[in-house]
Amino acid sequence: MYSSEIILQTVISGLLMGCIYALVAVGLCLIWGLMEIVNFAHGEMLMLGMFTSFWMFTLYHIDPMLSLPLCLVILFLIGVGTYFIIIKKILKAPFLAQILATFGLGIFLRYLAQFLWTPDFRMIKNPALAGRISLGGIFIGVPELTASIITILSFLLLYWFINKTEIGTAILATSEDREAASLMGINSDKMFALGWGIGAACLGVAGALMSNFYYIFPEVGFPFALIAYVAVALGGFGSIPGSFVAGIIIGLVEFLGGLFIAPAFKYTFVFIIYLLVVFIRPQGLWGRY
Amino acid sequence: MGEKKNRWIWLAIGALLLLIYPFFLTLPFPRHLMIMIFLYASMGLAWNMIGGYAGQISLGHAVYFGAGAYTSTLMLMKLGVTPWIGMIVGGFISVGLAFIIGYPSFKLAGHYFAIATIAIGEIAQQWMLNWDWAGAAVGLTLPILPESFLNMEFHTSKVPYYYIAFGIFSLTILATYWVDRSKLGYYFKAIKGDLEGARSLGINVARYKFYALALSAFFTSICGSFYAQYVLFIDPDSVFPLMLSIIVCLVATLGGVGTVWGPVIGAFILIPISEFTRIQFGGGGKGTDLIIYGFLIMVISIYQPFGVIGLSKRFKKKESE
Repeated sequence: MYSSEIILQTVISGLLMGCIYALVAVGLCLIWGLMEIVNFAHGEMLMLGMFTSFWMFTLYHIDPMLSLPLCLVILFLIGVGTYFIIIKKILKAPFLAQILATFGLGIFLRYLAQFLWTPDFRMIKNPALAGRISLGGIFIGVPELTASIITILSFLLLYWFINKTEIGTAILATSEDREAASLMGINSDKMFALGWGIGAACLGVAGALMSNFYYIFPEVGFPFALIAYVAVALGGFGSIPGSFVAGIIIGLVEFLGGLFIAPAFKYTFVFIIYLLVVFIRPQGLWGRY
Repeated sequence: MGEKKNRWIWLAIGALLLLIYPFFLTLPFPRHLMIMIFLYASMGLAWNMIGGYAGQISLGHAVYFGAGAYTSTLMLMKLGVTPWIGMIVGGFISVGLAFIIGYPSFKLAGHYFAIATIAIGEIAQQWMLNWDWAGAAVGLTLPILPESFLNMEFHTSKVPYYYIAFGIFSLTILATYWVDRSKLGYYFKAIKGDLEGARSLGINVARYKFYALALSAFFTSICGSFYAQYVLFIDPDSVFPLMLSIIVCLVATLGGVGTVWGPVIGAFILIPISEFTRIQFGGGGKGTDLIIYGFLIMVISIYQPFGVIGLSKRFKKKESE
């Protein structure tokens, strides 16, 4: 019924999309693992990353691949700012207030973007990366391929940073035991801010990469954020390799489910994975607890 | 004793004022505003049963609202059944949905439960957008029927809608009072306060969480059916959005969760702000009212995490010191 070419094509598309999901998820995963707060404005931060890239291109003709470092820095600052303005004040607040605070930020950013830039769908016209390559009847988009290569590099860099550098180890120690870490002279406040900065910076990278091949509009982020929540649950709290594998699995399930059953039900499949994971292995694939 | 007597007097005065309100404010807008306040207060109260008393943070209550709106509308359009019956049937369908949703998700705690409810809400919206028989993305326009109480359609005046909304609101208040005072309410609070403790005292936690969600779903669904009759047009974007679930949760949080009057206070503060900003800045799909909403949500959860009722309690404490 389905030729092997179509199935292979779907698997590859799923893998490429899965990389993007993984990159979006890892930022959330870091924050969640570090301080047990879920950033419900995650999708909107991704949207800001995409718009940064879009405006750099439209106003100053800087290609998304060149403005990528700038997106990274801007989102890093947004992350750190969010920590000091909002998160720091709700660390000891009731659970409901913690959820609503970041949700409020997300709604605020989304509709502010809609107010400033209208709800229109936009695209970057003729970016440097375009077109597709053909391998024995299988088509691979060049922007998507580049995005997944950069994603893999980012993951290696992040893994090295967290596990091998002194600051990374301090972040790990803070997520392990806040009190003990502060007794060792680690300033947990700084570590949290850094965690938010890095978590958001991942979105800057993801946003710049996606702006090459994806529509840009104020509501673009939410579906990605929803998938990121599932990916983090699947991969396990604070586990970087876990988020990567989880992102890939979700990409594959979404695309294969869309092919074999119906695209309209793709969220349903993703969500069924979520339920299965939280029931069967609540600590996630790589979770420590 | 004196304080209790006073409270009943205030309650009677409040009810009387609300009953005569439409006679003094005859323009459509003040009446519409009050109808919206009743609607959101009722939904906030309904949310409060599961989210406030039982402490399970649901961010997917739009599912029950949408189920109510679609059930009564489809029954009216396809079977010609009066919306009153549709409303009740919708309520029971929502209780069924609450069972299907609650059975797997009640094992989840905290963030995991909240995220599960968001995801279920998104799935429901996605399904409705693709369900051709139920109008899919186009939505359903209710048939214009002769004005009557039985048809629950009134075209010349908002006053009958006002009293129906007031009735729904009163019913939800009574139900909340009953929960607050009954054994059920104590079980809910026990589950919220200390899940393991409640379990060790022999409370069937899963069952009582389901009771809380079922009550909550039933009343939310009734609001949905009323909304459909009031606006006479529904589509998945207007009755299943995540934003609705968030606002309902916010109404309760702003006033104070786990109290009878918290959600009512929340609705009386929040809905006028939202309706006025919509009139001032609205139009053109700019969503300015939602910017203000988002901002308010942040400010409230940072500076007043226990709601307005928490504020008044703080003052009382200071007075007694």
